Amino acid sequence: MNTTRRQVIKTTGVLGTLVSLGIITQAQAIAADARPGFATKSFSDAIASLGGTPTTSADIAVNTPDIAENGAVVPVGATSKIPNTTDMWFFVEKNPYPLAASFSFPEGTDPEVKTRVKMGTSTQVTVVVKAGGELYAASKETKVTLGGCGG
Amino acid sequence: MGKPMRIRAKAANGETTVRALMAHIMEGGQRKDSSGNRIPAHHITDVTASHNGKTVLTAQWGSAVSQNPFLAFTFKGGAAGEKLAISWKDNKGDSRTDEVTIS
Amino acid sequence: MKRKLALVAVLASSVMGLAHANDVEAGIAQYREMLQDGNPAELFEMSGEELWTTPRGPKNATMEKCDLGKGPGVVAAAFVELPRYFADTGRVQDLESRIVTCMVSLQGFDEAKILKTGYAKGEQANVRDMATYVAGASRELKINVPQDHQKEREMYEVGKRLFFMRSGPHDFACATCHAEDNKRIRLQGLPNLTGNPGDGIGFAAWPAYRVGNGQMWPMQKRLNDCYRQQRFPEPKFASDATIALGVYMGVNAKDAKSIAPAIKR
Repeated sequence: MNTTRRQVIKTTGVLGTLVSLGIITQAQAIAADARPGFATKSFSDAIASLGGTPTTSADIAVNTPDIAENGAVVPVGATSKIPNTTDMWFFVEKNPYPLAASFSFPEGTDPEVKTRVKMGTSTQVTVVVKAGGELYAASKETKVTLGGCGG
Repeated sequence: MGKPMRIRAKAANGETTVRALMAHIMEGGQRKDSSGNRIPAHHITDVTASHNGKTVLTAQWGSAVSQNPFLAFTFKGGAAGEKLAISWKDNKGDSRTDEVTIS
Repeated sequence: MKRKLALVAVLASSVMGLAHANDVEAGIAQYREMLQDGNPAELFEMSGEELWTTPRGPKNATMEKCDLGKGPGVVAAAFVELPRYFADTGRVQDLESRIVTCMVSLQGFDEAKILKTGYAKGEQANVRDMATYVAGASRELKINVPQDHQKEREMYEVGKRLFFMRSGPHDFACATCHAEDNKRIRLQGLPNLTGNPGDGIGFAAWPAYRVGNGQMWPMQKRLNDCYRQQRFPEPKFASDATIALGVYMGVNAKDAKSIAPAIKR
């Protein structure tokens, strides 16, 4: 892959230095996710990256199937009944990188979202929300019959 | 420029429900090609939805979101005829914006 | 007394086994239900519609005059009446072979080249997208594959023979998996295609988007993969053999509601 000067300069910060030193390739630099939480391999560290310890809450409904026929596409959703919910994070506990997605809800948007994630194996889907500045969490287990990470 | 999204936005009872499908490979970065080399992650990193220019949702996605991602959410307000737009950016610098009329 | 206890134990474990199996089936039904909301097949449908209405090929023409059996340019309800006999080609054709016919006659594409192209590559990707679009235009309509013409009836019989023909290194036939009720491979139910499997099952479910590999599979690809699973030689794209199987399954599925393009594991 042709690494033009322009491309190398575009890659900023630490990754840019590593590329210019020839330690990692441009492809690797593009691949590495520099966002805190998303690049974390340990579930507890990924939760910790949110900046607090969530309290378990029964007011978060985690909508996932009990069984996923194929882990490549697992419908996940959550609804928060906690007032002033501003943010929501989805973790797939045993995934290579547990933090799958985060959402922010401006005033007027329901704290409820649906999407689909890849699950490598049967595990808990943990949803953390930030409401009124505090963190809350709920989990639900989904059994996966065919892993979805392709590895 | 990414491939077109399929967006449906429906207004009822004072709120608008949005359902969107995005065309994206969402390569996780775990797979290996036939020579044994890891296929680098290629996925949407940011999603923004706006109604009449006002942001109604933002999201950050990792590589674990499924291929051809689906997204559904609801916001208060919105009426038939108004505009709903969704934009995404991926980790290779590609992006896409599509706008629909709320029905 | 011991025998009675043993019998009770066997009954109890089989009931538990049955309950567990039911839980799994219910769980999978729930998963499939949740998948229905947002089918990526719609992305292929959008692409197909765009291709249909865009001037392309050496003749720089659209597909909008293509006759899919209900008259030139009629896309609505065409899918559920395919495969059928076409006077202009003198053969029974399925959806994908008819799309290729139109691409050749209206747009000037090279037929041999398209037929040889692999699945999802080059123009075959476009055939796939257009097939998805045409199928979507028959959503919820009843399968109604015609048997009016002599050749349509012949193809039904040919399809039936092929369906039951055992061959290949495993000595399999389509019938090995698809000729009995309540058959299953691991967690995958296998519809009985010798009769009418019902709404949205078997013939009435393809083209379908497969979440496991993110691929959109029209019927030709579905049949190709069935043959691959049986370790048969690869069938030629849109060959008479594959069309005949489509006639057989389609006629058997009469009045079943089409759910194509569907979403599957």
